[in-house]
Amino acid sequence: MNLFPHIPSYLGTYGSLIQQQLTMALLSVLFGLIAAVPLALLCVRYPKIYPAMVALLTVIYSLPSIALFVLLVPSTGLTQTTVIIPLAFYSLAALVPNIVDGVRGIPEDVRLAAVAMGYTGIRRLVAVDLPLAVPPIMAGLRVATVGNISMVSVGTVIGVGAFGALFTAAAQLSRSDLAVTGIVCIVALALVCDLLLVITQRLLTPWNKRRSR
Amino acid sequence: MISFQQVGKTYPDGTVAVAATDLTADSGRITVLVGPSGSGKTTLLRMVNRMIEPTSGSILIDGVDVRSKPAPELRRGIGYVIQNAGLFPHRTVLANVMTVPRLLGWSKEKARERAMELLLTVGLEADHAKRYPFQLSGGQQQRVGVARALAADPPVLLMDEPFSAVDPVVRKDLQTELLRIQSELEKTILFVTHDIDEAILLGDRVAVLNTGGTLEQFDTPSELLAHPKNEFVEGFLGVDRGVRRLSFFSSGAVPLRPEPVVAVDAPPQEVLARKGTQPWLLVVDAETKPLGWLPAQQVPADGDLSRVPAADLVSYGHAFTVEAESLRAALDSAVLSPSSRAVGVDADGRVVGVASVEELVPAIRAAQDGSSPENGR
Ligand SMILES: Nc1ncnc2c1ncn2[C@@H]1O[C@H](COP(=O)(O)OP(=O)(O)O)[C@@H](O)[C@H]1O
Ligand SMILES: [Mg+2]
Repeated sequence: MNLFPHIPSYLGTYGSLIQQQLTMALLSVLFGLIAAVPLALLCVRYPKIYPAMVALLTVIYSLPSIALFVLLVPSTGLTQTTVIIPLAFYSLAALVPNIVDGVRGIPEDVRLAAVAMGYTGIRRLVAVDLPLAVPPIMAGLRVATVGNISMVSVGTVIGVGAFGALFTAAAQLSRSDLAVTGIVCIVALALVCDLLLVITQRLLTPWNKRRSR
Repeated sequence: MISFQQVGKTYPDGTVAVAATDLTADSGRITVLVGPSGSGKTTLLRMVNRMIEPTSGSILIDGVDVRSKPAPELRRGIGYVIQNAGLFPHRTVLANVMTVPRLLGWSKEKARERAMELLLTVGLEADHAKRYPFQLSGGQQQRVGVARALAADPPVLLMDEPFSAVDPVVRKDLQTELLRIQSELEKTILFVTHDIDEAILLGDRVAVLNTGGTLEQFDTPSELLAHPKNEFVEGFLGVDRGVRRLSFFSSGAVPLRPEPVVAVDAPPQEVLARKGTQPWLLVVDAETKPLGWLPAQQVPADGDLSRVPAADLVSYGHAFTVEAESLRAALDSAVLSPSSRAVGVDADGRVVGVASVEELVPAIRAAQDGSSPENGR
């Protein structure tokens, strides 16, 4: 069996599918991250709202993606945006707890030292708190990225599932080889992205004892 | 000069951490706050840079209330060193030391130059600069902590148990280093410790605090050892305060006798003459450096000391340097020597003379009776 058979041209090419898959998955992670940072910092600043936030994130995470796609179609149409929005929320749900733990996990004496050196709010956040939270944030990003690369395929129900289209086609044309190809491509993309994130993290955190030694 | 005026701190839960306290830390001196855990030392210290706000009273630095400028600005002008150094793990040693100068808006070059200079001041090497904190030992991290606190050349330095977490040998080094740096820089240092020996070693003045944040006594270490004001202070000082106080008196007053000292190549008749009058002879080499003690009965009958095997000379323990070292060192030298005699040497290690324990007593007596020591440390 040919692992990468010719795919029917109406589905696109390998290149266009890879591009679609990555665009939707990575943009949703990016938007999720952009929204997660302020939300997480809010939770660090006001610890009382954190339990409510966690509950809300759990609810979001439990919403079936198909339902969300269908609900969004009337407003955003059969577009990539319709896929990106729910996935961005999933990323958000995965990232907020990681960022909160990361910032909270900063050693007390480091925090004290920062205050004693005369750091003020925003500057301390940028110069001390966030850089130190990079390892847990990266862990969250890895989970979100791999998850989203897989989830994008569900978008095939509204016709924008990238490699997910291969699964639909496999069923319609009775070509199980297309399904296998879809799985292989998605897993490969996920692994490559994860590896890139691991490398990025090593480059970003040469100071991290567990990683450099 | 830091003055605490009726400064008190009661935490919201009702804990009185510091009872209304008056205290003055002199400029260019080390003032130590010592006391058991929970006696309000950290609270007192942190009120100076406003990491904690007092609930009563005020704190002035050189006559200016610390509340007269915004806290972050105040803090950039005050060095702060904590127990585990609290270095920023994600920054190199150099970048850590550059922190405050950069916050103050110095250029990168100027901050870097200053940081490099300080690394050397605190006894680190230039190639430590590029390392990350996790690549340093605890003692080295603490040195970086001190360099970071000194980076912007603040007149005031706050140190909260900076050496408590390192092993005793490294602690000793760091203490000596701090005294050396202080003798050059003359900062106004407020130093917190729970270790009374450290307080006595480092402090120009020592404030003894009790639980509930009450100041029991504020004096020079020597006064503290000589005249503890109450049972608490006496108990806190420990049992051997009399002997420890001797470390504040110079050994210059020790009467040293040259008679028992003989050169290994001395003429036999001289050796035999000494043998008759001295129970112990201290044999020295051609440069007058001590070789060891020889009991009089073991002096060869012909008086030729060069025939005595080195192994027959009894170790002199350690010698004390006259003037430079204290009466305590002299007493220790005598106690450790099998002959019960202390060996006094000059700065080059040449024997000046010896004194028995009994001969030390008048000098010790004079020190205990005299009210002020002649020698700072
Ligand atoms: N934030 C706080 N809230 C309530 N009590 C505190 C707080 N910080 C310190 N304390 C209490 O104040 C007292 C003095 O604490 P501290 O200044 O840390 O003492 P020390 O440094 O001498 O050990 C202790 O009894 C401590 O438990
Ligand atoms: Mg303390």
